[in-house]
Amino acid sequence: MSTASVPLPNWITYGLIPLLNLALAFLISGLVVWSIGENPFEALRLLVDGALGRGDAIGFTLFYTTSFIFTGLSVAVAFHAGLFNIGAEGQAYLGGLGAALVALALDHYVPWYVTMPFAIIGAALFGAAWAFIPAWLQASRGSHVVITTIMFNFIGAALMVYLLVNVLIVPGNMAPETRTFLEGGQLPKLDWLMALFGLKLGPAPFNVSFLIALVMAFLVWVLIWRTKLGYEMRTLGISPTAAVYAGIPYSRTVIIAMLISGGLAGMMALNPVMGSSARLQVEFVGGAGFVGIAVSLMGRSHPVGIVIAALLFGILYQGGADLSFEMPNITREMIVVIQGLVILFAGALEYMFRPAIVHLYLRLKRA
Amino acid sequence: MDYFDTLVSILGSTIRLSIPLLFTALAGLFSERAGVFDIGLEGKMLAAAFASACVAYLTGNPWLGLLGGIAISIVFSLVHGFAAITNRGNQIVSGVALNFVAAGLTLVLGQAWFSQGGRTPQLAGEARFQPITLPFADALREVPFLGPLYANVISGNNILTYLAFAAVPISWWVLFRTRFGLRLRAVGENPGAVDTAGISVTWLRYRAVIVAGFLCGFAGAYLAIAQSAAFIKDMSAGKGYIALAALIFAKWKPVPVMFACLLFGFLDAMANFMQGKSVPGIGEVPVQIFQALPYVLTCILLAGFIGIAHPPKAGGVPYTKER
Repeated sequence: MSTASVPLPNWITYGLIPLLNLALAFLISGLVVWSIGENPFEALRLLVDGALGRGDAIGFTLFYTTSFIFTGLSVAVAFHAGLFNIGAEGQAYLGGLGAALVALALDHYVPWYVTMPFAIIGAALFGAAWAFIPAWLQASRGSHVVITTIMFNFIGAALMVYLLVNVLIVPGNMAPETRTFLEGGQLPKLDWLMALFGLKLGPAPFNVSFLIALVMAFLVWVLIWRTKLGYEMRTLGISPTAAVYAGIPYSRTVIIAMLISGGLAGMMALNPVMGSSARLQVEFVGGAGFVGIAVSLMGRSHPVGIVIAALLFGILYQGGADLSFEMPNITREMIVVIQGLVILFAGALEYMFRPAIVHLYLRLKRA
Repeated sequence: MDYFDTLVSILGSTIRLSIPLLFTALAGLFSERAGVFDIGLEGKMLAAAFASACVAYLTGNPWLGLLGGIAISIVFSLVHGFAAITNRGNQIVSGVALNFVAAGLTLVLGQAWFSQGGRTPQLAGEARFQPITLPFADALREVPFLGPLYANVISGNNILTYLAFAAVPISWWVLFRTRFGLRLRAVGENPGAVDTAGISVTWLRYRAVIVAGFLCGFAGAYLAIAQSAAFIKDMSAGKGYIALAALIFAKWKPVPVMFACLLFGFLDAMANFMQGKSVPGIGEVPVQIFQALPYVLTCILLAGFIGIAHPPKAGGVPYTKER
């Protein structure tokens, strides 16, 4: 008998199976740590302490979390429409250009809260624009959006390096970056929010874009589950033929979903560019676009799950950086291994345990 | 004659830069023709580069290094197969995951084993694949035009280079002239028909991904123990994706794959050559144009402006046997 058609209660599908997959990913990561001669439990303790032990550590953790919420939402929105957007990395890179142009144009004249809405729009527009051509190619030419978004990551990286080295660079400067934004082009830190919990933020760049990310998470929830467009996207994601049969316009829905996805990825740039370094730098995205894939898969493409998963990856990134100081034998790249294993087990192998669990479940139900 | 020397040197580096692309694109050809998308080419190449550098360092023998690279690359292929074929998981997600695992694990293990910031120790001469001087290369060097071409472009490469070019007709023969190849292509177009004929779709696809792993092993070994003398952090540097682009650009056919890889290798060589040089009348051409051009060309192809690329019909779709 095939086990695929046996329905399981929600707590197994959305609770137990993801947890089992995650546990397996961490078990193997622990084995890797053990195999290079370090104690995995000690490593875990150092990691958690490095991510949550002090006020500034929490600040860094939440700073990373902010970026991952944006990119996780970006991947998830496309995923609901049945599209796999690997291009969040490039879209975020271009989003940085949008945010930086707004900041450079306005920071002399207005305070940050006037710049912010324009910067959000700028970042989203540039990110969405970078998603448009892959979306159009998918919608009208049928070329796979996975392939084209990968290509656009590389094209975007080349374009941004060109712009930073040749156009946006401060004349006479060696470093390929824009000038530092004045206060009117920076997003302020959230010291007051940390102070509410009796914590000192210190040098950590935890800033207002965290709140923007939470608002976006809520808006994505509204979009996907409370609007007609969201319904159309989900229908398309589950069955394109059924969607077309029901009169849902394929091309339009694909393009809109990708534009929203690209816009969300673009907004990620607000956090590092305007919230932390106050200038546009080469490779500021630093892989956050790819982390978004892991975050979205782990959060089952639901905004609440994504915020939790983003927090977990924030802890991993900050704690992992700290851990590599404490245990020099474990390099920072251990996080990349964990990330890959999470994507593997929570994504590609998500149904590995299902047949066994179905058998167990049926046996328990009978008993 | 100056221009000619430059041309010879660009062509020589074109060959050297195309080889990893060629092995990898042929790997992707086998996998994708059997209906298994493989975004993980990049990761397999990187893992193979690391493994071959480690084994070559420990044994001092490049052939054992190559075997080590192939073995690790096949292990990655089998994990991809287990996820994509046996568990019918998302093939793209699996490939992305394996790329991360390879990118991270090579550095974590490299640092833990050798403590050189993720590098492997420098290999001595005999632990690498050495350039081979073909017969009469030195004698013919003085012949105008053909002499330098023969001596510097065709001769003087290492054995893996010649194997890469040999792999092109062999791949063509396997895919288009053997029963295995016919079935492999059929399973990428219509697995149901293959199943009806009583042939195992699963086993056939597994063999395809194993061949892909085998070829990626050569690409990785070429990077680490032929072109360089050590594994360096992230040394595949997106070549797996360029190979993927070349595969699409060549419309999933072996001989065009070779030309696409040579074209993309040529663009890479031009990017290196043009750095800081100015073209009369145009001025300095930004190197980023050459870096982006392979991807731009592939996207233009995908948009349908240079013929139409038809991917294998069942590509990316896991096969479910009906019951």
